[in-house]
Amino acid sequence: MGFDVSPDPGVWIAALLTLFIFSFLYKDNPLYKFAEHLFVGVSAGYIVVQQFWQVLFPNLIEPMFFQPGTADAWKFWIGAVLCVLLFTRFSAKASWLSRFAIAVIIGVYAGAKTTGFAQAEVVAQVQATMLNLWDPAHIGASINNIVLVVGVVCTLVFFFFSTEHKGPVGGAAKLGIWYLMVSFGAAYGFTVMSRISLLIGRFQFLLDQWLGIVRF
Amino acid sequence: MSWGERLEKLDRRWIFLAVGFLVLIPLLFPFKLPIAVSGPARRYFEAVDKIPDGSTVVVSGDFDPASAPELMPMLTSSVRHLFRKNCKIIALQLWPGGPPLVDGVLHSLGDEMGKKYGVDYVNLGYKSGNEVVMLAFGTSFSRTFPNDYSGTPVKQLPLMQKNDNFETTKLLVNISAGYPGTKEWVQQAQGRFHITMVSGSTAVQAPELYPYLQSGQVLGLLGGMAGAAEYEKSTGVLGPATKGMDAQSSAHVFIMFLILLGNAIYFARRNAQGRA
Repeated sequence: MGFDVSPDPGVWIAALLTLFIFSFLYKDNPLYKFAEHLFVGVSAGYIVVQQFWQVLFPNLIEPMFFQPGTADAWKFWIGAVLCVLLFTRFSAKASWLSRFAIAVIIGVYAGAKTTGFAQAEVVAQVQATMLNLWDPAHIGASINNIVLVVGVVCTLVFFFFSTEHKGPVGGAAKLGIWYLMVSFGAAYGFTVMSRISLLIGRFQFLLDQWLGIVRF
Repeated sequence: MSWGERLEKLDRRWIFLAVGFLVLIPLLFPFKLPIAVSGPARRYFEAVDKIPDGSTVVVSGDFDPASAPELMPMLTSSVRHLFRKNCKIIALQLWPGGPPLVDGVLHSLGDEMGKKYGVDYVNLGYKSGNEVVMLAFGTSFSRTFPNDYSGTPVKQLPLMQKNDNFETTKLLVNISAGYPGTKEWVQQAQGRFHITMVSGSTAVQAPELYPYLQSGQVLGLLGGMAGAAEYEKSTGVLGPATKGMDAQSSAHVFIMFLILLGNAIYFARRNAQGRA
């Protein structure tokens, strides 16, 4: 195990910025602040360039001005006008004009979300809960199905507030809480796994690409 | 001051340092703990493996560098698996930070496996608009992405001349770090265009996606670095996810120990207060 330090200045910049960010774990300091501000600035610049060259230019400017004979060119002008109207928010007097563009955005999103949600979350998920609870040929699957259906029903009972949670309803609601607790525990476990993975990723970068101690 | 009180007042930076060492040491000196392939990861592998050789597949890399340690190994293994089956890949990204990452994987594996850009794979790049892009993309690839990532009109690319919507594609592979990602692809594309779909996601997001796996809306699911390691094992090419699993396991054991210790101290103090 030896060192094979990278001569690439890009790798050195990335490694030093990683160490600057890690320094926050000891305490807040100017190096951390420098890295944080640099990240915000670079991200903002990157997104502006990305939005212009990947979205605005090929989908609006190019067909309007650089592609003669574009079919239904008037549609692009509607988009362009709505786009310009959004910028009227910078003027107190004209900001009301931006509402037209916002109304279109909200309308399109609401329509897309509602139909997609109804199909994928309501219909498909309710269908997936209609399970055969007992099949002697597949006892393991049957137990899984019972656990799932009982869990769905009890959790829904917990969120049903029109009846006092007493007697059988209270029992079902309590079981629903247990199901929720298990799901919160699983979510927490997955979150820990995710955060540790990010640390591993940074260490792999430092050990491999920067110092060349281990190759991953 | 009792040992319990001392531990309660322990400077948390000692815990950061301990986690750091527990991650660093296994990376330098691996224990090579065994990795078992779970059901969701096996189903992901089988879903990709089952599509006919030479099929066209859409790969949506909806993530940025912040999730790269978890998702890059999944993307790399998926692209390698698809290229091995001579599948044609149409890639897109709905996160602005995604294009350079996905482009790098496609070109490096494309060169390594003798694939030609425009014929065997295409990177359409990034488009803002989230769900609206998914809907528009399902209707027409070329109208939604008139140019590819490098600015070439897609009509000039042979792969895009043959494929303009989900009718000619066999699978949607989504590698997702959050919104927009798997959830939105299921809502906007899977049900609407009846496309077969698999998902690789960050561990944080994975619990939300299990209902889709159970319902069959998503055929396979990789959750976090562990899912990526299981897929690497299935494909037979071990990569950074597999090599990170020892570090992951040692950090997890330490965190479990801390949770148990914290609870033990809490109950011991509560009992002591009850007696007083």
